Parts: sequence; C-alpha cells; structure tokens
Amino acid sequence: MKTENKAVDIDRNRGDFAYPEVHIRDAGRGLSEKTIHYISDVKEDPDWVREFRLRGLKTFLEKPLPTHWASKDLEAIDFDKIRYYLAPGSGAKRSWEEVPEDIKRTFERLGIPEQERKFLAGVEAQFDSEAVYSNIKKAVGEQGVIFVGSTEGLKNHPEIFRKWFGKVIPIGDNKFSALNSAVFSGGSFIYVPPGVKVKHPLQAYFRINAESFGQFERTLIIADEGSEVTYMEGCTAPKFETVALHSAVVELVALKGAKLQYITVQNWSSNVFNLVTKRGLAHEDAEIKWIDCNIGSRLTMKYPGVVLKGRKARGEVLSIALANNGQHQDTGAKMIHAADETTSNIISKSISIGTGRATYRGLVHVPKHLKHCKNNTECDALLINSTSRTDTYPAITVRGTGNAVQHEASVSQVSSEQIFYMQQRGLTKAQAMSLSVNGFVNDLVRQFPMEYSVELKRLIELEMEGSVG
Amino acid sequence: MKSRSQSARIALYLKPLFMNELRVENLHVAIGDQQIVRGLSLAVPRGEVHAIMGPNGSGKSTLAKVMAGHPDYHVTKGKITMDGEDLLALEPDDRARKGLFLAFQYPSEIPGVTIANFLRAALAARLPEGEELEATDYYAKLYEKMELLGMDRSFTSRAVNEGFSGGEKKRTEILQLAMLEPKYGVLDETDSGLDIDALKTVAHGVNTLRGSNIGILLITHYQRILNYIVPDHVHVMVQGRIVRSGGKDLALELEERGYDWARAGADEPVLTR
Ligand SMILES: Nc1ncnc2c1ncn2[C@@H]1O[C@H](COP(=O)(O)OP(=O)(O)OP(=O)(O)O)[C@@H](O)[C@H]1O
Ligand SMILES: [Mg+2]
Repeated sequence: MKTENKAVDIDRNRGDFAYPEVHIRDAGRGLSEKTIHYISDVKEDPDWVREFRLRGLKTFLEKPLPTHWASKDLEAIDFDKIRYYLAPGSGAKRSWEEVPEDIKRTFERLGIPEQERKFLAGVEAQFDSEAVYSNIKKAVGEQGVIFVGSTEGLKNHPEIFRKWFGKVIPIGDNKFSALNSAVFSGGSFIYVPPGVKVKHPLQAYFRINAESFGQFERTLIIADEGSEVTYMEGCTAPKFETVALHSAVVELVALKGAKLQYITVQNWSSNVFNLVTKRGLAHEDAEIKWIDCNIGSRLTMKYPGVVLKGRKARGEVLSIALANNGQHQDTGAKMIHAADETTSNIISKSISIGTGRATYRGLVHVPKHLKHCKNNTECDALLINSTSRTDTYPAITVRGTGNAVQHEASVSQVSSEQIFYMQQRGLTKAQAMSLSVNGFVNDLVRQFPMEYSVELKRLIELEMEGSVG
Repeated sequence: MKSRSQSARIALYLKPLFMNELRVENLHVAIGDQQIVRGLSLAVPRGEVHAIMGPNGSGKSTLAKVMAGHPDYHVTKGKITMDGEDLLALEPDDRARKGLFLAFQYPSEIPGVTIANFLRAALAARLPEGEELEATDYYAKLYEKMELLGMDRSFTSRAVNEGFSGGEKKRTEILQLAMLEPKYGVLDETDSGLDIDALKTVAHGVNTLRGSNIGILLITHYQRILNYIVPDHVHVMVQGRIVRSGGKDLALELEERGYDWARAGADEPVLTR
C-alpha cells in the first residue's frame, strides 16, 4: 500500500474535553425491551433488525459476566446506569459544513477532517451513538465502493448487509457481543466490489462525548473477490468520573483472494471499559490482517480473530497493548484454522507500567484432519518497574501431522540502570521510557503504515509523560 | 546603550566568582550503611585532564556515578559543583544537558534503539523547544566522529550496546562523548577491555577532543592508557579518599611501587589544588 509520508495530525492529548450535550434522542438510563423499542423506533429499523435486537437482549440477560476467567473488575459496570443511545437527531452529513457546530468543533480539535484531505480515501465520524459525518472521495465511490454508517448500510444495501451481518460473530458469541447486538448503533458498513483495490485507507473516528455513556458501534466490512482495502479506526473519550462502556462488534469478510487490513489505535481515557469483539472470515487465498494498538481504558478485553475458512487463507494479528498505572489490558488473538494450507501469524507486544497489568490470551486451533497448516505466535512483554505484572495464556491446540506451530514468549524489564544510562545522555525519565518502549515495539511498528507508526510513537510519548508525572 | 569598548572595559574589572571547573569538596557517599567515599576532594578545571587511579573497590565508579546523579547512592556530606553550580540539586538528565558526561565502566544495553536514533534523541533533548536537528548535518557529524574512532558506519543501525563486545561498548561511549560535546567528561575505565590497537584509536579520539573547552577525569587501574592520553594531574584513590596527588610521573611511580606505597603515610585525606 502506498500512502503519503505525512503524519496524521491528531493530538490525542487534547482528547480530554467535552462540549455540552446536544442530544435530541436519548433512550435514558438502563436496559430493557423498552430501550430496544425506543432505539428501533428512532432508527426506523426494519422488523428483522428489531427482532435481532430483542434476541440480543435476551441472550445478554441470560449470559453471566465472564468473571470466572476474566477480571472481576467487570462487576464495576452498572448496566442500569449506562445510557445506551444518544444522538443529535439528524443523520450523517456528507459535507463538513452541515455538521452541527459543537460536534464540528469537537472533531476539529481532534484534527478531523484535516487528515481526510491529507491521505484518506474516506472518513466517517461518530459522535456518541450516531455517525455525524461520512464521506468518501468521489473517485473511490465511482469504483462502486460503499462506505456508510451501519444504519444506512442495512437500509440501503440489505442484499449484501443481511447476508453477512451477525454471521461472523453470532449474537451469543459472548455477553458483550449480545449486548452490542441488542443496542448497536453507528459503526461502518463497507463493501468493496470484486477486483477493486482501494489505494488509500478508509477511516472512522469514534468519539464518546457524554457521561456514563455506552458506545456500541457495529462494523461490517466485505472485501469481494480479489479486492483490497485498509480500514483504520481511532477512538477517544473525555475523562469523566463515571464508568463509560465501549462495546463494539466488528465483522470482516474477505472473499476469495481479497486482502483486508484493519488498523485500530485506541486511546481511551481511564474510565472506559473497552469490551470489543472482532473477527474476520477469510475465504480461499484471502488475507485478513488486524493491527491493534490499545492504549488507555480502565479494562480492555479484546481478542481479534480470523477464521481461516478457505484453502491457503492467511490471518495475522499484530498487537500492542500499553497498560499504564491502574489499567488492565487483557488482549490477545484467535486463529481458527478450518482449511488445509492455511497460515496464521500472531505477534503481541505488551508494556506494563507501574501498577498496570497486561494479559495475553491466545487461541490457535488446528483440527486433526487438516494438512499443511502453519501458525507462528510470538508474545513479548516489557515491564517498566517492579509492580507491573504480565500473564500469558497461550492456548494452542494443534492436532494432526504435517501442521507446524511455533511459539515464543519473552518477558523483559526496563531496569533503573537503563533509565539512568539514558538520563545521563540528557533524556528525561519520560523520554527515556518512551525510547525504551519504542525500541521494544519498533520491529513490529515498522510493519504498520507510516502515518500510524508516527502517531503511535507520539501517543506512547504522551502516555509516558503522564506516567512519571 | 553602552559602547562595545565600554563593556569590554567593565569586563576587565569583573573577576569570575568561580573557576570553570568540576569540583568535589569533602564528599562522603554511602550505600545502605556502608561508607564508600569518605571525604574526597578534587577539582578538574576545563582544559585539563586528570587521572584517578585506584585499586578495585576503592570507590572510583561510585564517585563517577554520584557525579552523574545515580539514584542508588546517598551523599551524606560534601558538595559537587560544575562551574559553580550545585550539581547535587539537579536531576541526572539536567546535569547531562548542562554539560556533564559519564562514559560508563559497564554501559547499559538499550534493546531496539539504534545508536543513530539514540544520539539523535540525546542531541534533540539539548535543543530549545520547537527546534529540530538538521538530519544531514547530524549524519555528517556522526560519520565523522565514527571515522575518528575507527567505527564502521554499520554500527549506526545497531541497537545501543546490544550484543556489542566489551571493546565496542567502550568505543561507543567515546563516540557519544564526541557527539555530545560536554564541558566535562568522566571516563570510567574506558581502557579496560580494549586491545592495544583499539586503545590507541580511542586515545587518539580523546586527544582530538581535548582542548580548552573540556575537562576530563580519567578513571583507570593501569598506567598504560596514560602513555597515550597524558594527564596534567594524577590522583591516587584508596578506600574512598585521594591519598596522593601529583604530576604525570606519579602514575609511573605508582606502577613501580604499588598501592601499598600510596596508602602508607596518607591516613589524612589530601586536599588537591
Ligand atoms: N550498588 C551497590 N550496592 C552495594 N555495594 C556497592 C554498590 N556500588 C558499589 N558498591 C561497593 O562499593 C565499593 C566501591 O565500588 P566501586 O564500583 O565504586 O569501586 P571501583 O573503584 O570502581 O572498583 P573497580 O576498579 O573494580 O571498578 C565496592 O566495595 C562495591 O562493592
Ligand atoms: Mg569501577
């Protein structure tokens, strides 16, 4: 992929601000069938969507919190206090001028849409529950590429949307996918026609503005045969005292020979629970690559996966998680091999600072009857100061002969001696720490598109400045 | 407005309040409840090279690290100043940016961070906010200094000290000294681990940097390096004190007579200069 060598100019340090709320649509606090009907009425859902939501609610209520294996901190979420739907009351604008003033100011402070002009093929901006702006470059639209919000997608393109929606990640996959299925709003719908190679990335930007809010975007991307597309998402929220919830579902479908790359850089404030389900379905000879960078949040639980459904399909997860003081990054990857000659690659790097905690959970599954499958898993942890902790749970089940798995794990420390050495050369403690962290993630970041590696580097610097205070 | 000649004349009457020197006065350093440095005094003016010689465990590295502000050591008494400014009140990185450089006896490895990026970050940290390093100038200087020290250019893309041989690490320390151009350089056993050819190259590098702008404190066990970097003064350190000071010949005498000789009759700390 060729992109301009220019940094994305988003100053995430300035993400911590909020304008007064401008919502006309508000489902109130708490979750019941009434909430679902409110959302469905406001969004004028077709019946099948309303039913889908109700099934989601039922499953959500039935499923227990996964505290038997995951963090007990999940119990801090009071589902009765969360606000599940907030919207300004008008649809997404195609022209930036039409976006309401307050919202426009928010995104302008975050550097959007200046960056659209720079190197993106299209942008969608979501403010609380709904997309407020979405636009793709004319040339891209003319190739038949669809890039709209999920609501618009299900209404205007039902023939493609319905075929794949909820198929990669069923309602009952986990408690939070069920919750998302019940109250989803916003997110992107993308369709790339056969053979179309979208040169520049498409980007969505998710912003939580309201307090005690739950953002439940739903993204569905379909890369038709032989097509190529890169999607990038960025997220921020202001820091409120109360808990905010971000629980997205992202489904990717790469049809025969398609290449789909999904890049996330999240920088949530430390009151956000970030519980996201992401999975892709790779058909024959297709390639799905997740690049996932998690910075911030109180607790993140996220394990992007690829189901390698067709022969020679390839799946990759490259992830970086940074757990600062008081934060828990519970991240990992899932690779489900379901055809011969499929290959998967997982590289996970985590950094724990102070009381921050990073957990890696992996799942690699290769059933007995498959031949010539390969997996490579590397997880490296970096600890900065002694109270940090890191856990690795790499579940690898590879059966049968002729399948190859390679697993490597390492834990390293940034010692006070190293920090002192760097300080002696004139770097501040924060600069020394970010240099070590950048050194640790360097070989991985080199594989990211330039814009993102530059931005990531800056985010790490900001995070380190905060951590030495 | 004063004319230029007027202000020049005024300057004539102003005596400096302090020497341009790195000065240690009656320094006591403890780690835990163990006293390691006990009443050490020393002054290295800019433009001079001083050598400290001393047996293993006499506290030479401790002195060097305390000067640089290592957090493990506790200064229980005494002062360290640089051009009159109290160093002990400053963070290690402030001391470094103000012109103090320590070539470590055991340099740390910084995985994943290349020498080029590391030095660039170190130089950038010395610039006023908003100013940036000019990449072409930077590389020109880097390559020039590497050539001076006989280092292959491929080193720039290797991670700092990672997998380096002992000698390569020492050379890299001197490369950093050359790039950062400090006012004072403390070189802790830069000679150990260097073969004879490397020693000559590194000595040549240091001699090239030598001049009125820099004061150098050279810590070593052996007289050998002093044949190549000829010191203005030599101090002998035993058990946390300077027990003898003299000219360059003191090193030769010490080599001949050993540390016991230096120790004998030197129960009281010697105040130099
Ligand atoms: N961090 C530390 N913890 C405990 N003891 C220390 C520490 N640093 C130094 N010491 C002790 O202080 C004494 C002086 O050590 P130092 O490294 O300063 O000696 P040196 O003169 O540099 O020796 P060498 O010539 O072997 O390098 C030694 O007994 C050493 O064990
Ligand atoms: Mg020593």
